[in-house]
Amino acid sequence: MRVLPSGTAALLLELDDIDSVLAMYTALTDNRPDGVVDIVPAARTVLLVLDPTVTSPAALETSVRRMSARPGERRKGELVEVPVTYDGPDLTAVAELLGCPGEELVRRHTTNEWTVAFCGFAPGFGYLTSPGWPSDIPRRSTPRRSVPPGSVALAGEFSGVYPRESPGGWQLLGRTSLPVFDLSREPAALLRPGTRVRFVNLAAQR
Amino acid sequence: MTLRVLEPGPFTTVQDAGRAGQAAMGIGRSGACDRRSYALANRLVGNAAGAAVLEVTFGGLVLRAECDVMLVTTGARCAGPWPHNAPTVLRTGQRLRLGAPVSGVRTYLAVRGGLAVDAVAASRSTDVLARLGPAVVAAGDVLHVGPAVGPLPGVDVAPVPEPEAGDVVVGVSLGPRADWFVGEAWSLLLSSMYVVTSDSNRIGLRLDGPLLERCRFDELPSEGLVRGALQIPPSGQPVVFLADHPVTGGYPVLACVDDDDVDRCAQLRPGQRVRFRAPRAQRSAMRVTS
Repeated sequence: MRVLPSGTAALLLELDDIDSVLAMYTALTDNRPDGVVDIVPAARTVLLVLDPTVTSPAALETSVRRMSARPGERRKGELVEVPVTYDGPDLTAVAELLGCPGEELVRRHTTNEWTVAFCGFAPGFGYLTSPGWPSDIPRRSTPRRSVPPGSVALAGEFSGVYPRESPGGWQLLGRTSLPVFDLSREPAALLRPGTRVRFVNLAAQR
Repeated sequence: MTLRVLEPGPFTTVQDAGRAGQAAMGIGRSGACDRRSYALANRLVGNAAGAAVLEVTFGGLVLRAECDVMLVTTGARCAGPWPHNAPTVLRTGQRLRLGAPVSGVRTYLAVRGGLAVDAVAASRSTDVLARLGPAVVAAGDVLHVGPAVGPLPGVDVAPVPEPEAGDVVVGVSLGPRADWFVGEAWSLLLSSMYVVTSDSNRIGLRLDGPLLERCRFDELPSEGLVRGALQIPPSGQPVVFLADHPVTGGYPVLACVDDDDVDRCAQLRPGQRVRFRAPRAQRSAMRVTS
């Protein structure tokens, strides 16, 4: 782990991979050091935002270095099933890219178990990873001006569900009617770091 | 207990202390841009620390009291007869009219009792980037005032400095990705003047000055951003992030503005010039390490 400076009220921890990030995030949320206001996991880093009236980056670094977080030992998060209609406009193109028929792409997307690694881009937008997933699906060369809410998409090593209408460059596989971000719910975001996700093909259920 | 908005001015929003502790769900902090002036406004009218206020950008707000209310303005002092940093009662039917700010950009208007606005994700702050929270204040809006909770502090006028006009010096330290830039970028940042541009907003202060060039061109995986992060997008012109900054970002952060100085940055207006000053130990040219 590398500890990088991030101003007088934060600390950025850089880790080897996404599993180590989730393990560190879990360790920090289970045992939150005093004065930490926000813990922000990302692809390779965990940002700790602190209250400078309570602690300092130096003091926080000392307590973080004492913590142990072992990747792979992380607790299993809650499992959420996301029902999907696989009729997205990019399904065929992505299947061709992977050299398989569309049905095979859907089978792979639904049989792999996904985990929310981190959130970003928009409130409630989770970046989902899966150990069995072939990484590196390129983004669309031209992002769409408007992606409908509930769109189930792929980009890079990630899968995600657009929480609401927004521009976006991810490849769209299908859509879900499950609201992944609902401000009348507490917490509003359904897909939070550590949550496990299984996509369910609605067409196969009929 | 209500106030009626007759004119909102160029841009007025409801703000409080923001959405702490939700960044892991992709929900940024938001809240008042100049936290110090916001906190002072609530203190002066005896409100709880997190009460909702108006953040008035470039003045222009006109309100009519529909009951007797105690109000205070802090932050940017606006032209006009209304006392500043001094709690005053606005009588039923009276109007408050804020002119253009004398210096600074953002004026905080706190009402004794706080603004009673529905919270969204545990805050009454308008986040313009995430599109969360109350709508931007518009003409005809009726603002409800909450019940007074705390005792008045008994302060007639708070003796606080005005937002700075002219050139300002802001404290910075090396950011997490300083090693993604050519060795001269750091010394260039510290030795140059940067001008605040007019496309600055609650998300960030966009600056114009010498280009800060990268030495690494691979893609940086997105990482958590702080308020005050000085990020360099592909244009090479820095952005200093303010209250509504994105939760994560994929462009490298060269430097971070000292947390105390971010509030001063939130009062800079287009055309003002900024110079960045680092702690002594970081002032010499950065040694590039691998």
